[in-house]
Order: sequence, then C-alpha cells, then structure tokens
Amino acid sequence: MRLEVAIEKTLRAREREFRLDLEFASDADVTVLFGPSGAGKTQTLYAIAGLMRPERGRIALGGRTLFDAAQRIDLPARARDIGYVFQDYALFPHLSVLQNVAFATSRSSMFNPRAATAEVYELLARFALGKLAASHPHQLSGGQRQRVALARALAAKPRLLLLDEPFAALDAPLRARLREELLAARARSDVPMVVITHDPEDVAALGGQVIALESGRVVELRMHPDADDHGSRES
Amino acid sequence: MEYLSPLWLTLKVAALATLLALALGVVAARALGRGGGIVRDAAESLLTLPLVLPPTVLGYYLLVVLGRNGVVGSWLHETFGISLIFTWQGAVIAAAIAAFPLVLRAARAAFREVDPQLERAASTLGLNPVAVFFRVSLPLAWRGICAGALLAFARAMGEFGATLMVAGSLPGRTQTLSIAIYNAVMAGDDATAQTLVVIALVVAVVALVLAAQVLQRNRPGDDDAA
Repeated sequence: MRLEVAIEKTLRAREREFRLDLEFASDADVTVLFGPSGAGKTQTLYAIAGLMRPERGRIALGGRTLFDAAQRIDLPARARDIGYVFQDYALFPHLSVLQNVAFATSRSSMFNPRAATAEVYELLARFALGKLAASHPHQLSGGQRQRVALARALAAKPRLLLLDEPFAALDAPLRARLREELLAARARSDVPMVVITHDPEDVAALGGQVIALESGRVVELRMHPDADDHGSRES
Repeated sequence: MEYLSPLWLTLKVAALATLLALALGVVAARALGRGGGIVRDAAESLLTLPLVLPPTVLGYYLLVVLGRNGVVGSWLHETFGISLIFTWQGAVIAAAIAAFPLVLRAARAAFREVDPQLERAASTLGLNPVAVFFRVSLPLAWRGICAGALLAFARAMGEFGATLMVAGSLPGRTQTLSIAIYNAVMAGDDATAQTLVVIALVVAVVALVLAAQVLQRNRPGDDDAA
C-alpha cells in the first residue's frame, strides 16, 4: 500500500521556530523514519495520523486522500484507519489490559467496558497477554506495555501502523528481542508500518524503506538491502 | 422547633445544587479547555465571580434576573406561571451558582492533568470527541472533579446570604439549617441554636468521611500488591 506524504508546517515552541518541509513516498511494508531528535519525525507521524494539521501539502494512503490543503480535505484522526503506537505507549491507566485492547472494538460500551469480542481474546493470546488481561498498565513491564499498545492499535484493524520510537524506553537486550517480535507481529497482521527511530541498530534490524530526516527535511531516501526479505515474506 | 425539617431541606437543596453545579462546572471547564491566553483567563475569572462576590451581591443579582420583573423571571412567569422567588427551587439555584466556581476550578485543573497523549490515542482508535470525553478524559479527571464537588456541597450546605435574599426564610419551605440557626440566635432560642449547630457539624463530618472513602476506593493502583 502506497503512502504519499508531502507536508509543510512551521512549528513554534518556546520562541524557537522549526520548519517542517518534507516529501516522500513508500510502498514498503516497513518504512523507517530515521534521524536525530528534533528532526521532525514525531510531527511527521502526527500529520499522517491526523493529530497535526500541516499548512500545505497532501497525504494519501493506498490512493485515498487523507489530507489535501489545496482541496481542503482533512480527515479527522478517527476516520483515517491508522493505528498509532506512541513512544510512551499511552495506555489508558484506568482500564485493564483487556479493556485497553478492546477499546476500539467496544465503541458504545462506556457502561460495559468489559465487553470484549473473540477477536480481542485472539489478539491477547497472540501477544502473550492472556494472563495479564485483568492487570492494569502500571503493573506491566516495558515490553508488556509495548505489546498491549501494539495489540490495542491492531484491534482497530488499521490500514497502516505508526510506531514512535517503539524501543527507546527499553534496555538493550529487550530491545533486540522486541525488534524480532515487532517484525513477527507485522508479518502475521499484514499491516504496513512506519517506524520512527534515532537508533542505527533499529534501521539495520527493521530494514525496508529508510527515510533519513534532519531539521525537518528529507536528507536521504534508500531501500535497505534486506527490504525484499521483509516485503515478500507473506504477500 | 422542628429540627428535621431544616436538615432535610438543607440536604435536598445542597444535593441538587451540587448536581447542578457539577454539570455546569464540568461543561464550562471543558469549554474553556486546556490553554491559557487572555480570553480564557478572563472568562474563568468572570465565571469565578460568584465565589469572590459577597453572597448578598450575588443574591441581589439573582433577584434582578429571577424576580417578577427580571429577564428570566418574567419569562418563566408568563410562559409557565412559575416564580422561583421564595421557593426552595430558588434556593437550589442560589446555592448552585455560589458553589459552581469550586467545581469549575477543580474540573479545569483535573482536565489539565489528563495526558493529552491519551486523548490522541483514543482518537486514533476511532473515537469521536464526545466518546473521547466520556471514555478517557472524564474517567481520568473524575477524582479531581469529585473533590471539587465535595467543596461545592459544603459551600451549598452553608449558603446563607444569597439564599436568604432569593428564597427567604419560610419555616418548612425555604428555611435551611444556616438560616434556621441565625433565626434561633436572633430570637434568643439558644437550645434550638445549639441543636441545629450540632446537626450541621455532624452532617459536615459525615460528608467529609464519606467523600474520603469514595475517593480512596476509586484510586487506581491501590488494588495491586506492588
């Protein structure tokens, strides 16, 4: 599924001005946005997800226009069918693991948050979260939290999954294992991913289309040599 | 002197006033949003006025608005044949407006405490803004809002000036505890005054203990061994 991004936005934070002006497209199953912190990676993901509105440009996924400044198209985040795994995972602290994962599928269940479908139990099992279903996020380890965040995003059946520094909060051995888990999860769910990282090791392990960002601009576009391995595994 | 009548009336008025203040306060806090800025700060200050104004000033304005010749009062009278002046419903409105800023300020602070990332996460999971509010923002802000509601209840219980001006002091109909105490003291009826004061004290302590219990039980994270 082709992701096309062309955005311009001036961001202001504490009297500093930052200009985001970038353009890229990717057909890869795994697209890696690589660059130092402050390069504009998270803001780019926000724009794709519909959490930030660019001043100019266009964003399309699989031929469907999500944002087009010229045509005044701006789908809200809830209508974009894009999953987001936040850097701090953003799990709902007042809900159990089960309720977190079932969050998107139980839309009218404010008064019955325990209602969960067979699909949700299947996801819990797939991410080895079955025994933690009744736990709350503050009781989980970093790796477990990440799995909950992934399962929660996938439960909404997204057409694209965005991951913001999915390994930054973890120690090195766990990071290596979770990279493998992430690739395995991707292969099973068949949802293309865009992953942000500042870590060259992540780039080497995840492969795919690599887009290097610096100061809000694309400085390099290249296909990782292993990209075909990841891409052909299940399609 | 009948003691239960003012007590019952006070509880009824304070409870309904708290509910009204709760609804208005939460809606206003949400409407004001997270941000600062001159307009929002000015709006919050304006909405906080009932807390800082002398209650008699509040009562005066309520009379101006709700009275037979007031904008709202004349409309209510002509349309429904209702007059709120010298009724317990009028006392509810006076107490609710006096207590409203306490809910507003607590709710606004509580909503600010909610991690905006969680609201973003909910929207990427397909929820519309109303659903995000009811399933994420409100449950997470609830404890802070409850604390504000408790203060609002206490303020409504003790409301005197505005209530007296709007609802008067009709025994059995609009005479709340604090007004009954005032009347008893003025009439030199020390025995009645002492009994009513003790009742007011007991109610306040019970309300505090109950609120502390509720807030304790709902605290996330107390249920685990960690």
